[in-house]
Amino acid sequence: MEPNDEDFVLRLYVAGQTPKCMRAFANLKRICEEYLTNRYRIEMIDLMRDPALARGDQILAVPTLVRRMPEPVKKIIGDLSNTQRVLAGLEVSVGTA
Amino acid sequence: MQHSLPTAERGRAIRKAPTGIQGLDEITDGGLPLGRPTLICGGAGSGKTLLATSFLVYGAEKFGEPGVLMTFEENGDEVASDVASLGFDLRSLVDEGKLFIDYVRIERSEIEETGEYDLEGLFVRLDHAIRSTGAKRIVLDTIESLFSGLDNANILRAELRRLFRWLKDEGLTAVITAERGEGTLTRQGLEEYVSDAVILLDHRVTDQVSTRRLRVVKYRGSHHGTNEYPFLIDRDGLSVLPVTSLGLEHEASDERISSGVRELDQMLGGQGYFRGSTVLVSGTAGTGKTSLAAHFTDAACRRGERVLYFLFEESPHQLVRNMRSIGMDLQPWIDMGLLQFKAERPSRAGLEAHLASMYQVVRDFRPSVTVVDAVTNLLSVGTQHDVRAMLMRVIDYLKVSGVTGLFSSLTSANASYEETEAGISSLMDTWIVLTIDEIERERRRSLRILKSRGMAHSNHVHEFALTDNGLRLTDGRG
Repeated sequence: MEPNDEDFVLRLYVAGQTPKCMRAFANLKRICEEYLTNRYRIEMIDLMRDPALARGDQILAVPTLVRRMPEPVKKIIGDLSNTQRVLAGLEVSVGTA
Repeated sequence: MQHSLPTAERGRAIRKAPTGIQGLDEITDGGLPLGRPTLICGGAGSGKTLLATSFLVYGAEKFGEPGVLMTFEENGDEVASDVASLGFDLRSLVDEGKLFIDYVRIERSEIEETGEYDLEGLFVRLDHAIRSTGAKRIVLDTIESLFSGLDNANILRAELRRLFRWLKDEGLTAVITAERGEGTLTRQGLEEYVSDAVILLDHRVTDQVSTRRLRVVKYRGSHHGTNEYPFLIDRDGLSVLPVTSLGLEHEASDERISSGVRELDQMLGGQGYFRGSTVLVSGTAGTGKTSLAAHFTDAACRRGERVLYFLFEESPHQLVRNMRSIGMDLQPWIDMGLLQFKAERPSRAGLEAHLASMYQVVRDFRPSVTVVDAVTNLLSVGTQHDVRAMLMRVIDYLKVSGVTGLFSSLTSANASYEETEAGISSLMDTWIVLTIDEIERERRRSLRILKSRGMAHSNHVHEFALTDNGLRLTDGRG
């Protein structure tokens, strides 16, 4: 029943190139490559450059990962260091495959 | 966290940002600490948001200081409609670029936390809001909502500390609202971070009567009033009623006005009451207090002056009818718009609401005489202490407006008037006591003046009668 053909549209909000933000990006990239191969797209938004964008997605914490697709919108805040929690947050079921 | 000020700073009076809220600037000696955060705490519905919003609206409208409202509980439209009843138009302030509203919504169910984070997103939003309006004032309402939206309390506390420091560095006058906790000022202990000034709001409902109170718990480096002050929320916004706001600086008039009873004028140094003074008429039931008040009313209307008559026990119609029985017709004065009755059951509202409506009608109608019949009715909605405090404010207000006030007071049959009026009489310039005695199967009414400041007055007890021709005094005895 998993919507395999649906794309994951992910948006990572950062504020400058802080270690936390760089770590979050690296973790996200790794997780996507491993579990969502060819099914994802990452947009990175630096709030230092586009501060007005923080309101739209109700961003408070940085880094924040927003799953824009599939709906409903989900948010994961933090440096994404716990892979299992990121997968749970993205609602990616990790089968035995 | 104790900062010690550099020696040069110490002793210098701190600068204030006026709130524009009537009364609050007086008890804080000028407003909130400029460029510093102030904590406003209180229970649900205590008026935190209204106070905070007033601070922003007046800042933008009266003091040329744009503001930012960051709201965590209600969205901008909700806040705007909440304060619309106070006459605030947030939308146009936003359109004019004087106010920036940012609604921060934290939906716990859609947030997962993993690993380290900070609240830079919040800082970015604030910074953006501040830069786009040139804000000098900021309200965070209620920032502790963060604690229910995010798990990591350690991160939150560290970030809040950073936030308040940043607000200070930016020189913003900030208002932070917080929910009152059990035994603490705020649930999350925000007083630990925001310690320059703390204002506590309280909303009590006793016997279905509501009273709002405000207290300045702390104000570092500044003189401030320490009492609990009643405050009102009405269609003109929020106002705090300082006990001695107007002090005793009002001008005392030398002009005299007739009591409406010639013989009584004679007793009062031959000329009647001082204009702008306060008169207390006390007596047990049926002694003629209302008749005496009606005479005073009639005399004022005959001079073409406006009279405002607060009535707590009977309807205006009933009073007008009763006065016809002593040959006085007040109806023409009503028809001419000179006499306005304001009849209300005392239990209909709390003291603060009575006070608010009294302020409003006095302000709108601009009477030269105001009658309150009877002040003792108010005791059913407040303690003697509260009623006295309220009367003091009414009297302050009347005196400053130059309005002569006559207050009737019902002495209970088995108590002496000294007991009933113990708290009230000292506020009055003239005190008249009416009594009724049964002598030789005849009811005899008598009147005496217990005091009348600033004039030589009769010390005699005078008999009087309520006749077809009104209240008539007979010769003095003793």
